[in-house]
Amino acid sequence: MTLTPLSYRVVDRRDETHDTVTLVLEPASEALKPFAPGQFAMLYAFGVGEIPVSVSRLADGHRLTHTVRAVGAVSRALCGLRTGGWVGVRGPFGTAWDSAAAHGNDLLVIAGGIGLAPLRPLVDAVLAEPQAFGRLNVLAGARTPDDLLYGDEFPAWGKPFGAVTVDRPSGGWTGRVGVVTTLLREARFTPSDTVAFVCGPEVMMRATARALIHQGVRPDRIRVSLERNMRCATGHCGHCQLGPLLLCRDGPVVGYDQAEPLLTVREL
Amino acid sequence: MTSHPVGPPGEQVFAALTTEHRGKLMALAREVAFPGGTRIFEEGEKADRFWIIRSGTVALDVHVPGRGRVVVETIGAGSLLGWSWLCPPRQWHLAAETRDAVRAWEFDAAAVQDLCAEDTALGLSLVTAVAETIGDRLRATRTRLLDLYGPPGPQGIGPVP
Repeated sequence: MTLTPLSYRVVDRRDETHDTVTLVLEPASEALKPFAPGQFAMLYAFGVGEIPVSVSRLADGHRLTHTVRAVGAVSRALCGLRTGGWVGVRGPFGTAWDSAAAHGNDLLVIAGGIGLAPLRPLVDAVLAEPQAFGRLNVLAGARTPDDLLYGDEFPAWGKPFGAVTVDRPSGGWTGRVGVVTTLLREARFTPSDTVAFVCGPEVMMRATARALIHQGVRPDRIRVSLERNMRCATGHCGHCQLGPLLLCRDGPVVGYDQAEPLLTVREL
Repeated sequence: MTSHPVGPPGEQVFAALTTEHRGKLMALAREVAFPGGTRIFEEGEKADRFWIIRSGTVALDVHVPGRGRVVVETIGAGSLLGWSWLCPPRQWHLAAETRDAVRAWEFDAAAVQDLCAEDTALGLSLVTAVAETIGDRLRATRTRLLDLYGPPGPQGIGPVP
């Protein structure tokens, strides 16, 4: 089943930013197994190609929600789908944000750019059972205010602490300016009892992980989501290899204690 | 070890200083408050003071002809505001404006430099602490120059779309 796309129909779409769209998909007949936060699907734009896209919300029933940024031919085709359009879907693939391992701990959810999309199901899961966790901090960085995803949901995430920073302020932006790590100073967490979930560009994740370690968070309590060239999504083709890891199978979510030595090697 | 939005004076910036050194330094501090929208200093002015922000947010900006004031960074509680006093030409490289009501500890740069000359161990610790802040901002600036959150490169988009 994992090698054969199932047909899903677009039942809802929402323009998040000028180049990013959220699609809600419903199976035509047979449905894929349930996804966990952090896992991804291979989305096939018919006649164009297939790309990996994380789930951005665990919808009710068999529906799938994905947020896609138009950066290439396939993602542009997916972003161009209208309600009623068709897409092929394989999955679920990869490792998940293991929120259970964070029970009883403070949480740092740190996103850069569209990295907020794979983290949104995790935030939903934490908010669904807040008593199981310590303090939740949602920190997000975006290129400009107009590039920030899910702006209308942030007020709910901001309890007890949520913050956004942008690289380039515009349009009367009165919020923070700077890299997302600068928000750590005001986050509310006890480093020794914190689990951090980080998703965004690799340089951003490395800088964030280093800042967290400097503050006293253990590397094995920092989870990052790594992206490589994923093709088969079943651990066979080898395109997504990072050292001993095949990221479509052993990732995308990896502990920083495992990822850090791999990310600083020039060629693997 | 817990991060707080408002910590004791100098908690973060001067964390590495001994209690004695911190006490000497804080003896020179005076508590100040700025309403939101206050221009604390302007680019090119003499840098004769610095602050540790206790609460509130300050935007650092630079004037760009034709574009007005462009904010390049905002800093908040626990941060050092101003390091240009430390080295020549001792002029502000940027301007600073409060985003909201700010409480801060203000230090007279000349008095602090005199104290550092008297107690060189304190001076080394203080300069090291300020250098750490400068290093943090340099790293952050370099990271931002990578245009982090822009469209990904030609390698494809991976599972993080």
